[in-house]
Amino acid sequence: MKTGAKILVEGLQREGVDTIFGYPGGVILPVYDELYDSPIRHILVRHEQAAAHAADGYARASGRVGVCMATSGPGACNLVTGIATAYMDSVPMVALTGQVPTSLLGNDAFQEADITGITLPITKHSYLVKRTVDVDRVVQEAFFIARTGRPGPVLVDLPKDVTAGQIEEVPPLPEKVHLRGYQPTLKGHTRQIDKAIELIEKAERPVIYAGGGIITSEASGEMVQLAERLLCPVTTTLMGLGSIPCDHPLNLGMLGMHGTVYANYAVTESDLLIALGVRFDDRVTGKLPTFAPHAQIIHVDIDPAEIGKNKKVDVPIVGDVRSVLQVMLNRLKKRDDRKQWLTRIRAWMRKHPLSYKSDGCLRPQYVIQELSNLLKGEGIIVSEVGQNQMWTAQWYCFRKPRSWLSSGGLGTMGYGFPAAIGAHFARPDETVVDIAGDGSFQMNIQELGTVAANNIPVKVVILNNMFLGMVRQWQELFYDHRYSYTELPPVDFVGIAKAYGIDGIRVEQCEEVPSALRTMIETDGPFLLDVRIEREENVFPMVPAGAAINEMIGGHVVPERELELAAAEEGDVTFRPGRKAA
Amino acid sequence: MKAHTLSVLVENRAGVLTRVSGLFARRGFNIESLAVGTSELPGMSRMTIVVIGDDAQVEQVMKQLNKLIDVIKVSDITESEIVDRELALIKVNAEPGSSRSEVMQIASIFRAQIVDVGAKTVVLQVAGDPGKIDALEKLLRQFGVKELIRTGKITMLRGAKTVQPTK
Ligand SMILES: Cc1cc2nc3c(=O)[nH]c(=O)nc-3n(C[C@H](O)[C@H](O)[C@H](O)COP(=O)(O)OP(=O)(O)OC[C@H]3O[C@@H](n4cnc5c(N)ncnc54)[C@H](O)[C@@H]3O)c2cc1C
Ligand SMILES: Cc1ncc(C[n+]2csc(CCOP(=O)(O)OP(=O)(O)O)c2C)c(N)n1
Ligand SMILES: [Mg+2]
Repeated sequence: MKTGAKILVEGLQREGVDTIFGYPGGVILPVYDELYDSPIRHILVRHEQAAAHAADGYARASGRVGVCMATSGPGACNLVTGIATAYMDSVPMVALTGQVPTSLLGNDAFQEADITGITLPITKHSYLVKRTVDVDRVVQEAFFIARTGRPGPVLVDLPKDVTAGQIEEVPPLPEKVHLRGYQPTLKGHTRQIDKAIELIEKAERPVIYAGGGIITSEASGEMVQLAERLLCPVTTTLMGLGSIPCDHPLNLGMLGMHGTVYANYAVTESDLLIALGVRFDDRVTGKLPTFAPHAQIIHVDIDPAEIGKNKKVDVPIVGDVRSVLQVMLNRLKKRDDRKQWLTRIRAWMRKHPLSYKSDGCLRPQYVIQELSNLLKGEGIIVSEVGQNQMWTAQWYCFRKPRSWLSSGGLGTMGYGFPAAIGAHFARPDETVVDIAGDGSFQMNIQELGTVAANNIPVKVVILNNMFLGMVRQWQELFYDHRYSYTELPPVDFVGIAKAYGIDGIRVEQCEEVPSALRTMIETDGPFLLDVRIEREENVFPMVPAGAAINEMIGGHVVPERELELAAAEEGDVTFRPGRKAA
Repeated sequence: MKAHTLSVLVENRAGVLTRVSGLFARRGFNIESLAVGTSELPGMSRMTIVVIGDDAQVEQVMKQLNKLIDVIKVSDITESEIVDRELALIKVNAEPGSSRSEVMQIASIFRAQIVDVGAKTVVLQVAGDPGKIDALEKLLRQFGVKELIRTGKITMLRGAKTVQPTK
């Protein structure tokens, strides 16, 4: 005889689960009892939202399926934001929820919430398991669905009588899951690839537009090879950061609303856009008709629904981007005649570098640059949402895939800190830093408890502007400086950390930054920096809402005279992303 | 904008209708009608969905439907040779000695059957393409239609062709 709970936990082990982030309660008790002497580690969070984000961080850092768990009703409902976050960014996750016994389903029973109903639009699939004999199969299917094709969260709702119930014999599982309604296309269509190759060979001004799909399919090696083979510049989305080293000569950095001017110009002037694992999000495209207006578009994506969704595509290729790139690489010849296009882009880079004022004030960009120099591109950087996120995207030098975790699609404040916890358990040897805003950090600040209790060595750098900075920036620029409810009173974050037994430093002067960062990194165990930055620093350049992406405002433009001097100094050999403290 | 007829094969499982209809609502697509029932294939149901939209919208609907794990196959059969039929029950005022004979006459022209006769009303059952049902309803309105129920149309390809799961 085996209980549903035992079958569940054994199933999780079979799927390779080593860590669950969760929070117990009444109807999930049978599962907790089973976990008590299971080799699977359970991390008790302080709020279920954090369990979901931690599972998400675990998944993004490792590529494996993250697992979170909660009890019925309020517990399950608290997972919702975390599930939606994972759904929007295509993160493989399995969420296990307790449910009232099947006999009480639909009865408004104590702590009953229709969680499969609530999460229907934010899960890739979900199960309400009604019989103990189905538990094993559902576990197998849930993990299969979560990690294959376009990954996403799968919710498994487990009524108490199903986990407590016993069965004589667990029906054997198929070796491979077969679902007749779910067969992702992995191999790109040969004729479509032929057409793509034809366009690529003809193109004069190509740009690779790479995104989260490159990270998911572990295709950065192939993507960079393609770029080098074609001498084709690469721009990445927020989600694609790390797929090409930040200082790679062909890397234009991020495109879109807070991307670089030169990436946006390059896309606008391109005659061929090679879109790889991206979804033409409105933060990227700006005004759609003016996005890549002169370009033919090749779009490789595993999800057919993404192709042509926002922008008409000339050559759609449905498939796993890694496998498609491998086929292309076998056939594409080396190009060495891209001089005109690259020279043009280099001129934009020189003229419109990312920049910030280095006037001795404590600017967030400087903090991030220093951290980047200190870690040399190693480690895992997680962000919250807002200005802190955009500054990190612009100024941190990412060198490897899965070294950058951020909530892009949903833009969930409070994501970073718990996701950092998850990332630590996925890759315990890495330094994990959450670059936070003071607003976002307070959305899951209670996880200091989880970090302290388990001595989880995550580092938090709060870029503290005492504002909901990103919203304040919009109010400054588009609402006539009317700072309606965006100011936050000062908080003694170091004091709060200390109350949890976590060490920290408040940083108020520019000169203190390097040593404070070093102390943080060199401390074993968790650490918090409360960095009091220039309060009204903005994220620039930016594309105002509804504008074309080449109509950016607020960027630094290098005067002609300086440009001439620089050009004389550099010659025309280097081709590097322009980053500069002006 | 035009009406597209989709023939959809789905797993015959709890929740599948919610998943399908929820998807339409969520993505702002308009369902004109939806009919569902079991099929000749074990464990599978067929749906006929009529959706209004331009070609790009309908293509997006189909792709999103295909992403549902419980959806096995989606075909747009609007442009194919098809038979489509809908069933309606119409309760209409038909007092003996006044309109009853006229109602019965109209019914017989439309090959509608009288499936219930009350003191003051009759219930007609009519099957046909949706246009025929519209026409009948219009004619009966003068007598007073007390209740009308339509199933939504079901559609099948003509000839030997069928909508089947891939492989
Ligand atoms: C405040 C804020 C500002 C932002 N500003 C910007 C900005 O300036 N620039 C920017 O780029 N983003 C910005 N974003 C993020 C933006 O909202 C989107 O999340 C992001 O642009 C989407 O990235 P993506 O296109 O790479 O798609 P993702 O969401 O990463 O989706 C991945 C795509 O790859 C596909 N895929 C998955 N696996 C595979 C595979 N194996 N093979 C092939 N394809 C696969 C998926 O189907 C999907 O289409 C901002 C977010 C916030 C919160
Ligand atoms: C949960 C949630 N609520 C509201 C928002 C809207 N929002 C986007 S950025 C932002 C301000 C973030 O403030 P903070 O964390 O201090 O970061 P800063 O922009 O100051 O760096 C807000 C409120 C959001 N993204 N997420
Ligand atoms: Mg702030």
